[in-house]
Amino acid sequence: MNSIRKNRITDTLFNYLGIASTMFGLIMLAIFITNILIDGIARIDWQFLTSLPSRKPERAGILTAWTGTAWILGLTAVFAIPLGVAAGIYLEEYGKKNKLGTIIEINITNLAGVPSIIYGLLGLEIFVRILHFGASLMAGAFTLALLILPIIIVATREAIRAVPSSLREASFGMGATKWQTIWHQVLPAASGGILTGIILSLSRAVGETAPLIVIGALAYVPFVAKTPLDEFTVLPMQIFNWTSRPQHGFIINAAAAIIILLVLTFIMNGIAIYLRNRWQKRVKW
Amino acid sequence: MPTIQTIDINAWYGTKQALKNISLEIEEHSITAFIGPSGCGKSTFIRIFNRMNDYIEGFKMEGQVLIDRQDINAKEVRVEELRQRVGIVFQKPNPFPKSIFENVAYGLRIQGINDKKVLSEVVEKSLMRAALWDEVKDDLNHPALSLSGGQQQRLCIARTLAVEPKIILMDEPASALDPISTSKIEDLATELKENYTIIIVTHNMQQAARISDKTAFFYMGEMIEYDKTTDLFTNPRHERTENYITGRFG
Amino acid sequence: MVRIKEKVIEGLLMTAGMITILTTLGIIWILFSESYGFFKEVHIVDFLSDTQWTPLFAQKHYGILPLLSGTLLVTFIAIMVALPLGIIIAIYLSEYAPANFRNKVKPSLEILAAVPTVVYGFFALTVVTPFLQNFIPGLSTFNALSAGMVMGIMIIPMISSLSEDALTAVPKSLREASYGMGATRFQTAIKVTVPAASSGILVSVILAIGRAIGETMIVTIAAGQQPVFTFDIRQSVETITAYIVQVSLGDVQHGSLEYQTIYAAGITLFLFTFLLNNISYFIKKKYQEKYE
Repeated sequence: MNSIRKNRITDTLFNYLGIASTMFGLIMLAIFITNILIDGIARIDWQFLTSLPSRKPERAGILTAWTGTAWILGLTAVFAIPLGVAAGIYLEEYGKKNKLGTIIEINITNLAGVPSIIYGLLGLEIFVRILHFGASLMAGAFTLALLILPIIIVATREAIRAVPSSLREASFGMGATKWQTIWHQVLPAASGGILTGIILSLSRAVGETAPLIVIGALAYVPFVAKTPLDEFTVLPMQIFNWTSRPQHGFIINAAAAIIILLVLTFIMNGIAIYLRNRWQKRVKW
Repeated sequence: MPTIQTIDINAWYGTKQALKNISLEIEEHSITAFIGPSGCGKSTFIRIFNRMNDYIEGFKMEGQVLIDRQDINAKEVRVEELRQRVGIVFQKPNPFPKSIFENVAYGLRIQGINDKKVLSEVVEKSLMRAALWDEVKDDLNHPALSLSGGQQQRLCIARTLAVEPKIILMDEPASALDPISTSKIEDLATELKENYTIIIVTHNMQQAARISDKTAFFYMGEMIEYDKTTDLFTNPRHERTENYITGRFG
Repeated sequence: MVRIKEKVIEGLLMTAGMITILTTLGIIWILFSESYGFFKEVHIVDFLSDTQWTPLFAQKHYGILPLLSGTLLVTFIAIMVALPLGIIIAIYLSEYAPANFRNKVKPSLEILAAVPTVVYGFFALTVVTPFLQNFIPGLSTFNALSAGMVMGIMIIPMISSLSEDALTAVPKSLREASYGMGATRFQTAIKVTVPAASSGILVSVILAIGRAIGETMIVTIAAGQQPVFTFDIRQSVETITAYIVQVSLGDVQHGSLEYQTIYAAGITLFLFTFLLNNISYFIKKKYQEKYE
């Protein structure tokens, strides 16, 4: 009898410990967002969004940074989406049983765990030096595209795997070829899951700093990029640069820029979660 | 005097009613069989006797379950203690991924008993009563999952016996087994009756007829008929029961 | 015609798949070829045993140990934060929490992993360190402790989500068997579900360690740039990743020995994460279909 009582007390205590631990992470997140809001929200105004960088914190703005982030987002998407989706289709529909497929699969698991800064070293050598892109948007976008490729591939595979084989068989049964079946049946059915993965991966690319520092992206760029071969900066680079300055004014600028970056990240993640939920509900075959 | 008595049991999963006004009494040292088509509520009902439905989300119950005249849903009843008195064996054998010995010793270990000598004695006794001892006595440290399906199910029975319950619930214990293993489980149930009160859910009417003293027929959440097994099978009072036992539906 | 078209498409798709292999080969080739130049100048024994790392100073030393100790120290702190919290959360969510609570909390926790790391760095430097300085005398502005703790918070969802998936995959029948014998949820978790899910939990921890070792911005911003061979958590340390950033921000001549040091540091980092990845892949493959 006594041991049952003891066991029940442990059980109840663990229940509270579990709630407390779960809340701990969320509370830290809340503290940390509140702090940044208090520091930075007042700094966000039209001037901040439309000004070039400056040595004086009160005159500096994030125009080059957010336009750079928009460029990077677009270019990375253009490079990474077709490659990632194509590779995902190959692995799931063609290469499942052959040796090449297995090698690619192990390889992708490995790539997903390679630190982002190593991709920076790769990009520096291949895109900046060998292909002579310099520290341009192109070099940055290609580097980030390689970084997020594994995420898109894995998401594509999972989405395709969730498509029931009955759908494929129905299509084959009507005389469709493999590619016709994939293009007309499998991909539309898997599109929700693929899109979710793409958005999450792009949100990751938008927040990356380290690989861009390594390829030589600059924090101080006094003009807005016009072509993909221009030099650039992005929001995280600008935040990093301001954070490492001693003047308090720059810390406030960093907080304000963080708010913009977080809004962007949360919107992208929110869309992805929304799509995932909708897709999961619909896919009750 | 009945050991088990239920009074006006109603139960729901969410808004769907699973059991309707079920009242019955079960005698000590007997085997009672619950039969009926799939989804008739018999499995929901058997799980009420040791509150296995507690952790199922959306499950709600009204009515009283008395075991030895005590309301098992009363506030002061500790569900863990109840389950030590009312053991359960499931449809599919579900040994833990541990050794044979540790499977049987599990119930004692969670009560804080770790004395190796006590554990060994209980393990041996329980395996003997479950008619498994001779087959595994040299392999007690082997993983339980290396046993055959029938052996696994007898191991699960031994595991239940080890905590010395008074009542054993068996939820279709032989439905996943081959005919030989099934008959071993049936023989075992008949032997255990001397010391335990047994309730068994089964799909298999021959099985109910062979081993049980009383049988209850369930249909759509209601208990249609409850009688001595011989009477229920030879002389059913309700048409639905007759249709079911003669195989006209099910 | 149709057959040719099908073959061409398959070829194109395969090429896309091959790009991932080229990426890996590219990484390995670049790391090896650039650090080859480095190891021609610096003996590998010195690299592994010298306790000073001062390539940018006049008095040059090329011992990786200070960077390695910095990396491992911060990783250790991060894991000390994330491991207990992550596993407690996973057990709580899989064994205790009602489904609708779990479905709300899980995505919320994953936000922690979606926040850009530069933001965590800012948080560690401007909030956590000043806060901790109230209690810990001698905590310098840049220190391993704040960076490690904040990194730990960031990787909580990696451990909690993957571990919860592993726990949820344990068949319900095992839980019921345990409850049926009078075990509490806590006993069931400790004695049945956690052991049964141990390989999945282990994988989540290994992946989290890999992530912590490779994390860059938090440590660059909050842990500092002092390559000292120390295990004092109050001090400023430099990790491998922070060193690569430090050199990249500066003006170092391409092809010089200083330049090649970032590849030597990079290859050390890569080997660590490569090893951890493969261990986790191996565990996953070996123990994947344990149930049924």
